[in-house]
Amino acid sequence: MSDFTSAEMMSVTAARALTNDMTCFVGIGVPSEAANLARLTHAPDVTLIYESGTLQTKPDVLPLSIGDGELCESALTTVSVPEMFRYWLQGGHVSVGFLGTAQLDRYANINTTLIGDYLEPQVRLPGGGGAPEIGTNAQEVFITVKQSKRTFVKDVDFITTVGFGRDGKARDNVPNIGRGPTVVITDLCILKPDPDTKELVVTSLHPGVTREQVIDATGWEIRFAEQLAVTPAPSARELEVLRDLKARTDAHHAAQQ
Amino acid sequence: MAEFLTLQEAVSRHIHDGDTVCMEGFTHLIPFAAGHEVIRQEKRDLTLVRMTPDLIYDQMIGAGCAKKLIFSWGGNPGVGSLHRLRDAVEKGWPNKLEILEHSHAAMACAYEAGAAGLPLAILRGYVGSDLPKVNDQIKFIECPFSGERLAAVPSIRPDVAVIHAQRADRKGNVLVEGIIGIQKEVVLAAKRSIVTVEEVVDDLNAGVNACVLPSWAITSIVVAPRGASPSYALGYYDRDNAFYKEWDGIARDRETFQAWLKENVFEKGAA
Repeated sequence: MSDFTSAEMMSVTAARALTNDMTCFVGIGVPSEAANLARLTHAPDVTLIYESGTLQTKPDVLPLSIGDGELCESALTTVSVPEMFRYWLQGGHVSVGFLGTAQLDRYANINTTLIGDYLEPQVRLPGGGGAPEIGTNAQEVFITVKQSKRTFVKDVDFITTVGFGRDGKARDNVPNIGRGPTVVITDLCILKPDPDTKELVVTSLHPGVTREQVIDATGWEIRFAEQLAVTPAPSARELEVLRDLKARTDAHHAAQQ
Repeated sequence: MAEFLTLQEAVSRHIHDGDTVCMEGFTHLIPFAAGHEVIRQEKRDLTLVRMTPDLIYDQMIGAGCAKKLIFSWGGNPGVGSLHRLRDAVEKGWPNKLEILEHSHAAMACAYEAGAAGLPLAILRGYVGSDLPKVNDQIKFIECPFSGERLAAVPSIRPDVAVIHAQRADRKGNVLVEGIIGIQKEVVLAAKRSIVTVEEVVDDLNAGVNACVLPSWAITSIVVAPRGASPSYALGYYDRDNAFYKEWDGIARDRETFQAWLKENVFEKGAA
């Protein structure tokens, strides 16, 4: 039996994808949790940027919103939103965009706009925010999302932020954009795009997870790499730092009530 | 020179039915007090523009002030949906709401272009996205120098900009600190502007490169302490994250929302 949850497994694995020399444009939610866990463990010098304009920020607790005061007060500097998107992101200073999503498809396209038809949606989601340009102007993109048939669909209802398009070729011959998604981290496994077709392939199963579980949680015929790895379990230190961070965050937000 | 007015006067004089209104503030310094005054004065058919509609537009949409919304991220940050926005889009309650949807980068560029007096903004954006299929205000142009295909969107030049800031001096010069968002751009892009402030001081004590809006670039200033709550004003009060969570329950149901609106907006009156 494991002494960590699948959500912790996902956060720790996502954190490990970041290294000290990266400049990471961070989305709220699991990406923010993972990016700060990386900063508090193996990557103390990783540069975190939030779209509210906070450059090189080191929050003590996780922000609820992308623009909490904590992010600004612990940042090296805070710039305007146009400057953030034009100079820092579009200008090529972001190595990794770290995104979550509501729906993801086999070509790593992201849908955060709606479920159903655009004019008569079944479910209206918040929309693109910074993601459409983070997805193409960052040098590469990491995606983290809880895996289920609802989130992992063959074709997203709407491409908010392009992965590799409907045919895997959307980035071909487009100048001056990044490589796109290079890894997807879920609560079950790690997936990477096939170098040729760009279809997502499972490269590593988290400890105790079976192929059947992954198949059951995927809305298309998922492929597995020939050399299928097992993701290393979280270390005691990683779990301790993550749990402290979450407890600190909960206490901070509760104290405001 | 900016004119000092009461909130009631400023909204009554500068915001008219049918106007295009930008009430900005990126998570920080959201002008809630002004939004509530717009609701109280029952302004109608507004085209509301804001990168993140947030609770302020959820309230105004639910109160029936809007006919159209131009935005780039329509959620309750860190919490979930904006239920009044969704109810208007999905069910047409209290009235049908037309939406025009962008990305943050495009809207930030469009505000900047508006401030710069240009008709359009150009960005390396929307590559591979379906958004251009549902928003006819997103076009692509070819760079005349490099041949690169780039996205173009019209600049935002609203009738009225409304922002909140920390303080003004007695002449009406305004200092904005912290997450400055697109506060400066939206005021300069607009025909008229209302700036609500926490307080008026003798000296702004602004650093040489601080974000300062000169009095002659602003139409009117209103003193509205805690005017950004439940968002926050750096140096004055924190974001009321608990209320943002609570809003989810209030806004989910039409009757609960209307009761909240009656008690907290209509019956409280202008500050």
